[in-house]
Amino acid sequence: MTVLYFAWVRSRIGTGSEAIALPDGVRDVAGLIEWLQRRGGGYADAFADPTQIRVAVNQEYVDPDHPLSDADEVAFFPPVTGG
Amino acid sequence: MIRVQREDFDLGAELDALADGNHRVGGLASFVGLVRDMAGDGPVAAMTLEHYPGMTERQLAEIEAEAHRRWPLEATLIIHRFGRLEPGDRVVLVACASAHRQAALAACHFLIDWLKTRAPFWKHEEAPDGGGDWVRAREIDDRAAAAWDRNEG
Repeated sequence: MTVLYFAWVRSRIGTGSEAIALPDGVRDVAGLIEWLQRRGGGYADAFADPTQIRVAVNQEYVDPDHPLSDADEVAFFPPVTGG
Repeated sequence: MIRVQREDFDLGAELDALADGNHRVGGLASFVGLVRDMAGDGPVAAMTLEHYPGMTERQLAEIEAEAHRRWPLEATLIIHRFGRLEPGDRVVLVACASAHRQAALAACHFLIDWLKTRAPFWKHEEAPDGGGDWVRAREIDDRAAAAWDRNEG
Protein backbone atom coordinates (compact mmCIF):
# COMPACT_ATOMS: atom_id res chain seq x y z
CA MET A 1 0.00 0.00 0.00
CA THR A 2 0.94 3.61 -0.37
CA VAL A 3 0.16 5.38 2.88
CA LEU A 4 -0.02 9.18 2.89
CA TYR A 5 -0.12 11.61 5.81
CA PHE A 6 -1.13 15.27 5.71
CA ALA A 7 -1.04 18.36 7.96
CA TRP A 8 -0.33 17.60 11.66
CA VAL A 9 -0.58 13.86 11.07
CA ARG A 10 2.38 14.25 8.67
CA SER A 11 4.36 16.54 10.99
CA ARG A 12 3.90 14.24 14.02
CA ILE A 13 4.94 11.14 12.06
CA GLY A 14 7.76 12.92 10.27
CA THR A 15 7.02 11.76 6.72
CA GLY A 16 4.29 12.44 4.17
CA SER A 17 4.38 9.12 2.35
CA GLU A 18 5.58 5.56 2.81
CA ALA A 19 5.08 2.13 1.28
CA ILE A 20 3.71 -0.45 3.72
CA ALA A 21 2.96 -4.09 2.90
CA LEU A 22 -0.50 -4.94 4.24
CA PRO A 23 0.40 -6.35 7.67
CA ASP A 24 -0.73 -9.86 8.67
CA GLY A 25 -4.11 -9.72 10.34
CA VAL A 26 -4.96 -6.19 9.16
CA ARG A 27 -8.16 -6.27 7.13
CA ASP A 28 -9.59 -2.77 7.35
CA VAL A 29 -8.80 0.88 8.10
CA ALA A 30 -9.39 0.49 11.85
CA GLY A 31 -6.95 -2.44 11.89
CA LEU A 32 -4.31 -0.39 10.08
CA ILE A 33 -4.72 2.48 12.56
CA GLU A 34 -4.21 0.05 15.48
CA TRP A 35 -1.13 -1.39 13.74
CA LEU A 36 0.31 2.10 13.16
CA GLN A 37 -0.39 3.07 16.81
CA ARG A 38 1.68 0.07 17.94
CA ARG A 39 4.69 1.44 16.06
CA GLY A 40 4.94 4.00 18.88
CA GLY A 41 6.77 7.34 18.75
CA GLY A 42 5.28 9.83 16.31
CA TYR A 43 2.74 7.25 15.11
CA ALA A 44 1.32 6.77 18.61
CA ASP A 45 1.20 10.56 18.95
CA ALA A 46 -0.51 11.11 15.58
CA PHE A 47 -3.11 8.37 16.16
CA ALA A 48 -3.63 8.97 19.90
CA ASP A 49 -7.20 10.14 19.24
CA PRO A 50 -8.56 8.38 16.13
CA THR A 51 -11.73 10.51 16.28
CA GLN A 52 -9.56 13.40 15.06
CA ILE A 53 -8.37 11.47 11.98
CA ARG A 54 -10.12 11.37 8.61
CA VAL A 55 -9.34 8.56 6.18
CA ALA A 56 -9.44 8.30 2.40
CA VAL A 57 -8.86 5.12 0.41
CA ASN A 58 -8.06 5.67 -3.26
CA GLN A 59 -8.95 9.35 -2.77
CA GLU A 60 -12.50 8.78 -1.45
CA TYR A 61 -13.57 9.29 2.17
CA VAL A 62 -14.17 5.99 3.96
CA ASP A 63 -15.27 4.71 7.38
CA PRO A 64 -13.03 2.70 9.74
CA ASP A 65 -14.58 -0.61 8.63
CA HIS A 66 -13.53 -0.06 4.99
CA PRO A 67 -11.53 -3.12 3.78
CA LEU A 68 -7.94 -2.71 2.58
CA SER A 69 -5.86 -4.39 -0.10
CA ASP A 70 -2.18 -4.13 -0.98
CA ALA A 71 -2.95 -2.02 -4.07
CA ASP A 72 -4.69 0.77 -2.10
CA GLU A 73 -3.63 4.36 -1.59
CA VAL A 74 -4.57 5.13 2.02
CA ALA A 75 -4.45 8.69 3.38
CA PHE A 76 -4.73 9.87 7.00
CA PHE A 77 -5.35 13.52 7.80
CA PRO A 78 -7.12 15.90 10.23
CA PRO A 79 -10.54 17.40 9.52
CA VAL A 80 -10.08 19.72 6.53
CA THR A 81 -9.71 23.50 6.90
CA GLY A 82 -9.68 24.95 3.37
CA GLY A 83 -11.88 27.60 1.83
CA MET B 1 -14.51 23.99 -13.96
CA ILE B 2 -12.00 23.19 -11.22
CA ARG B 3 -8.55 24.73 -10.81
CA VAL B 4 -6.14 24.04 -7.93
CA GLN B 5 -3.12 26.29 -8.27
CA ARG B 6 -0.34 28.12 -6.47
CA GLU B 7 -0.76 31.31 -8.55
CA ASP B 8 -3.16 34.17 -7.92
CA PHE B 9 -6.09 34.72 -10.28
CA ASP B 10 -7.67 37.74 -11.96
CA LEU B 11 -11.12 38.05 -10.43
CA GLY B 12 -12.61 40.22 -13.18
CA ALA B 13 -11.24 38.11 -16.01
CA GLU B 14 -12.46 34.87 -14.41
CA LEU B 15 -16.00 36.16 -13.87
CA ASP B 16 -16.17 37.65 -17.38
CA ALA B 17 -15.03 34.37 -18.91
CA LEU B 18 -17.65 32.35 -17.02
CA ALA B 19 -20.60 33.95 -18.80
CA ASP B 20 -18.81 35.06 -21.95
CA GLY B 21 -20.92 34.42 -25.04
CA ASN B 22 -23.66 32.60 -23.10
CA HIS B 23 -26.72 34.86 -23.25
CA ARG B 24 -28.86 32.43 -21.24
CA VAL B 25 -26.97 33.70 -18.19
CA GLY B 26 -28.88 36.38 -16.32
CA GLY B 27 -27.11 36.13 -12.98
CA LEU B 28 -23.52 35.57 -11.94
CA ALA B 29 -22.79 35.06 -8.24
CA SER B 30 -19.35 34.74 -6.68
CA PHE B 31 -17.63 34.22 -3.35
CA VAL B 32 -14.00 35.15 -2.76
CA GLY B 33 -12.14 33.97 0.33
CA LEU B 34 -9.22 36.11 1.55
CA VAL B 35 -6.47 35.61 4.13
CA ARG B 36 -7.23 37.59 7.31
CA ASP B 37 -4.61 39.12 9.57
CA MET B 38 -6.30 37.76 12.71
CA ALA B 39 -7.36 34.28 13.75
CA GLY B 40 -9.00 33.47 17.07
CA ASP B 41 -7.36 35.99 19.39
CA GLY B 42 -3.96 36.26 17.72
CA PRO B 43 -2.41 38.02 14.74
CA VAL B 44 -1.49 36.03 11.64
CA ALA B 45 1.60 36.89 9.57
CA ALA B 46 0.97 34.31 6.84
CA MET B 47 -0.58 30.94 6.20
CA THR B 48 0.45 27.92 4.19
CA LEU B 49 -2.21 25.79 2.54
CA GLU B 50 -1.36 22.11 2.15
CA HIS B 51 -3.52 19.88 -0.03
CA TYR B 52 -3.86 16.30 -1.26
CA PRO B 53 -3.17 16.47 -5.02
CA GLY B 54 -5.55 14.25 -6.93
CA MET B 55 -8.11 13.84 -4.15
CA THR B 56 -8.58 17.60 -4.00
CA GLU B 57 -9.57 17.77 -7.66
CA ARG B 58 -11.82 14.71 -7.32
CA GLN B 59 -13.63 16.12 -4.30
CA LEU B 60 -14.09 19.54 -5.89
CA ALA B 61 -15.44 17.92 -9.08
CA GLU B 62 -17.93 15.88 -7.00
CA ILE B 63 -19.08 18.98 -5.11
CA GLU B 64 -19.45 20.89 -8.38
CA ALA B 65 -21.45 18.02 -9.93
CA GLU B 66 -23.75 18.02 -6.88
CA ALA B 67 -24.43 21.75 -7.37
CA HIS B 68 -25.38 21.09 -11.00
CA ARG B 69 -27.77 18.32 -9.87
CA ARG B 70 -29.49 20.67 -7.42
CA TRP B 71 -29.75 23.89 -9.42
CA PRO B 72 -30.13 24.87 -13.11
CA LEU B 73 -26.64 26.27 -13.63
CA GLU B 74 -25.11 27.39 -16.91
CA ALA B 75 -21.53 27.39 -15.63
CA THR B 76 -19.54 27.03 -12.42
CA LEU B 77 -15.95 27.74 -11.45
CA ILE B 78 -13.96 26.79 -8.37
CA ILE B 79 -10.38 28.05 -8.03
CA HIS B 80 -8.53 27.14 -4.84
CA ARG B 81 -4.94 28.15 -4.16
CA PHE B 82 -2.27 26.33 -2.16
CA GLY B 83 1.15 27.30 -0.85
CA ARG B 84 2.16 30.29 1.29
CA LEU B 85 -0.28 33.23 1.37
CA GLU B 86 -0.26 36.52 3.25
CA PRO B 87 -3.09 38.66 4.69
CA GLY B 88 -5.16 40.15 1.87
CA ASP B 89 -4.25 37.40 -0.58
CA ARG B 90 -7.06 35.58 -2.37
CA VAL B 91 -7.47 31.93 -1.28
CA VAL B 92 -10.55 30.70 -3.11
CA LEU B 93 -13.06 31.73 -5.75
CA VAL B 94 -16.44 30.10 -6.23
CA ALA B 95 -18.63 31.45 -9.04
CA CYS B 96 -21.96 30.29 -10.46
CA ALA B 97 -23.79 31.46 -13.57
CA SER B 98 -27.51 30.82 -14.05
CA ALA B 99 -30.53 32.26 -15.81
CA HIS B 100 -31.73 33.76 -12.52
CA ARG B 101 -30.19 35.05 -9.33
CA GLN B 102 -31.77 32.53 -6.93
CA ALA B 103 -29.97 29.50 -8.37
CA ALA B 104 -26.67 31.36 -8.81
CA LEU B 105 -26.64 32.70 -5.23
CA ALA B 106 -27.81 29.47 -3.57
CA ALA B 107 -25.39 27.29 -5.52
CA CYS B 108 -22.51 29.63 -4.70
CA HIS B 109 -23.33 29.44 -0.98
CA PHE B 110 -23.67 25.66 -1.17
CA LEU B 111 -20.33 25.25 -2.97
CA ILE B 112 -18.29 27.21 -0.43
CA ASP B 113 -20.03 25.52 2.52
CA TRP B 114 -19.44 22.01 1.19
CA LEU B 115 -15.93 22.81 -0.02
CA LYS B 116 -14.89 23.90 3.47
CA THR B 117 -15.77 20.55 5.02
CA ARG B 118 -14.91 18.14 2.16
CA ALA B 119 -12.04 19.42 0.01
CA PRO B 120 -8.73 18.14 1.45
CA PHE B 121 -6.93 21.38 2.27
CA TRP B 122 -5.27 22.27 5.57
CA LYS B 123 -4.17 25.71 6.77
CA HIS B 124 -1.02 26.23 8.82
CA GLU B 125 -0.87 29.72 10.30
CA GLU B 126 2.32 31.62 11.09
CA ALA B 127 2.34 34.14 13.95
CA PRO B 128 4.45 37.31 13.69
CA ASP B 129 6.81 35.94 16.40
CA GLY B 130 7.65 32.99 14.17
CA GLY B 131 5.44 30.43 15.93
CA GLY B 132 2.79 28.55 14.05
CA ASP B 133 0.00 26.05 14.33
CA TRP B 134 -2.47 24.07 12.28
CA VAL B 135 -5.91 25.63 12.03
CA ARG B 136 -8.57 23.55 13.78
CA ALA B 137 -11.76 22.61 11.96
CA ARG B 138 -14.74 24.55 13.29
CA GLU B 139 -18.04 23.03 14.29
CA ILE B 140 -19.85 26.02 12.80
CA ASP B 141 -18.52 24.99 9.37
CA ASP B 142 -19.78 21.44 9.85
CA ARG B 143 -23.21 22.76 10.78
CA ALA B 144 -23.27 25.10 7.75
CA ALA B 145 -22.43 22.22 5.42
CA ALA B 146 -24.88 19.85 7.12
CA ALA B 147 -27.70 22.37 6.67
CA TRP B 148 -27.51 21.69 2.91
CA ASP B 149 -28.16 17.98 3.57
CA ARG B 150 -31.65 18.89 4.73
CA ASN B 151 -32.25 22.02 2.67
CA GLU B 152 -32.05 21.56 -1.08
CA GLY B 153 -31.93 25.32 -1.52
